[in-house]
Amino acid sequence: MSALSRRRILFGGAAVGAGALLTACTSNEPDNTAQVNTNTDASANPNAASGEKVVIGFSAPAADHGWLAAITNNAKAQAAAYSDVEFKAVEAGTDAAAQRAAISTLVAQKPNVIVMLPYDGKELDAAGLEAMRAGIPVINLDRAFPSQAAFRVQIKGDNYGMGLAAGHYIGEQMKAKNVANPIIGEIPGIDSLELTQERSEGFKVALAEYGFKVANRRPAEFTADSGQAAATALLQALPKMDALWNHDDDQGIGVLAAIKQTNRSEFFMVGGAGSKVAIDQIKADNSVLKATVTYSPSMASSAISLARLIGQGKGMSDLVELQVPKEITLASETITKDNADKYAKLGF
Amino acid sequence: MTTQTAPPEAPTKPERRKLDENTLRNLGLVGVLVLLIVVGIITKPDLYSDPTWVKNNFLTILQQASAIGVVTVGMTFVIIGGGIDLSVGAIVAIAGVWSTTLATQSYGAGGMIFTAIIVGTVVGLVNGVLIAYGKLVSFIATLAMMVAARGLAAQISGKQTQISTNSTINDIASTRPLGIPLLVWILAVVVLLGWVLLNRTTFGRRTVAVGGNPEAARLAGINVKRHTMLLFALSGLCCGIAAIMLTSQATSAQAAMANLYELDAIAAAIIGGTLLSGGRGTIVGALFGVLVFSTITNLFAINNLPTEVQNMVKGGIIVAAVLIQQFRFQSLTKLLKR
Repeated sequence: MSALSRRRILFGGAAVGAGALLTACTSNEPDNTAQVNTNTDASANPNAASGEKVVIGFSAPAADHGWLAAITNNAKAQAAAYSDVEFKAVEAGTDAAAQRAAISTLVAQKPNVIVMLPYDGKELDAAGLEAMRAGIPVINLDRAFPSQAAFRVQIKGDNYGMGLAAGHYIGEQMKAKNVANPIIGEIPGIDSLELTQERSEGFKVALAEYGFKVANRRPAEFTADSGQAAATALLQALPKMDALWNHDDDQGIGVLAAIKQTNRSEFFMVGGAGSKVAIDQIKADNSVLKATVTYSPSMASSAISLARLIGQGKGMSDLVELQVPKEITLASETITKDNADKYAKLGF
Repeated sequence: MTTQTAPPEAPTKPERRKLDENTLRNLGLVGVLVLLIVVGIITKPDLYSDPTWVKNNFLTILQQASAIGVVTVGMTFVIIGGGIDLSVGAIVAIAGVWSTTLATQSYGAGGMIFTAIIVGTVVGLVNGVLIAYGKLVSFIATLAMMVAARGLAAQISGKQTQISTNSTINDIASTRPLGIPLLVWILAVVVLLGWVLLNRTTFGRRTVAVGGNPEAARLAGINVKRHTMLLFALSGLCCGIAAIMLTSQATSAQAAMANLYELDAIAAAIIGGTLLSGGRGTIVGALFGVLVFSTITNLFAINNLPTEVQNMVKGGIIVAAVLIQQFRFQSLTKLLKR
């Protein structure tokens, strides 16, 4: 009896101790939330001068990926940089239906402008229309609504352009090295997504200009562990390779790990999106990663700036037009060792 | 279940038949593996003509099966014990994320491994308590845990990919004692321990009894509740080990890691001859199940075939395995009735 209770005390104590230790282990400081802002210096940019108060509603899918987390962080930071902006973020929940409900709630609160990154442009099209009909301009971020009437401004990245940029970079490198028949690998993200298909199509078209094609293509799931698995399979399938395009820098952590684990270095790799880790690695030039093509979450900062301009009825000062244009597609830029410094602050 | 109702006048004979049944099934799975490799040789003779590549390829197949293999061992115990664990992928994620926070990493490799294993076991234990003492159906309890654990993992990681800067952890994936990857050694040890635990200990016997007929097990004096709880904790422990393996492979962890591991583990266990209703199953069969999947992935990769087709083939194999199992099981029951 006493032995049993002593044992229980021992185990209980150990459990409490381990619990306390583990709770301490959830701390993750310093927080890595690299943010980028548009020019908010009023002396350099008259548009930034404090004006009419604008309430901006914001909705984006719950982040399960560094890029989406950066989108929300950027939007928040940009809004905080303006004294005349009130930022109202609503949780988008876990799927398109939940986001639709969240948008309805947001519309009822009558913000001046809504910035929305939908789960899926097609599925949230009606939510965009609803807000526009209620007289609230919608800034459609990244995933496009099919109806023209569902948004006031669309600002998005260029998936097809990313593929083109990656393909051209690889093509030029191969030409410079005089490789006539290069073996090229590709590791896309989730293959069923339209964005993945657009990236792959752009890549294929760009390579075709040089007479090249993809030798093997192993999709991952935008996560590091799936990237590691896909890269391991790809490296096994191609005992010799000349170039590799990995669509996403987050999954690229796993891809690079797999390359290191298999001791391969006869090829070079191009990344995608432009994460901070990837830009640092390109700059350090100590791995096979030699370039990455951007799909920058900085667009969220720009979207908040545009929302504010629209709320205040202003245009973009460098353009003649008195109002903000309707569509902006970011160019996909190629980051290499030479310009990595310039892009370092845009990395997420 | 049927083995429980076997005629008592011939206690040794059904035992023999069951043994043959398992051997037969495992031989069948080895046959499938050989077939897959032969298809590989036929479709890619240039690759298979290089002995170094062939050796590397087998090691790669084993290495890619290692983390999911460890998870499957735990899953096999749970299923044999009459339950199901849908939360294994989420437990791997929470254990992986928890062990790669900056705070945990500051304790070094030992602290990271300790954290992953404790977190995995404790989450499994929570499952077990809910199921055994809270009387929740394991499907529901672990479904809830699947969602909740991924949520907590996302909360802790701040939805970011946490990079492991610990070289000891990262080196686990690239170390090759005696030319064989350390990850494969870990899998081998876990499978061996799992086999011994299931076949050579009272814990294993009780697992089969609890899964086959919980009421009979209770009447026979087995503490069914405690045993059920321990089975889920065991599954959690396996997930904790797998979390370290996967973290080392990807040199990072994130809330979305080990996506759909629950389905792969259940499928592998089922292909390996584990009865979903409990009471029957083998560790070796489950291992073969994992290897079949890993070999299919490899075969499709070297032939550059799209993953959609690969998933269809996987699905087909699961259905075929269960169908064959059912027919053979029915004929066995008939044989026993006669």
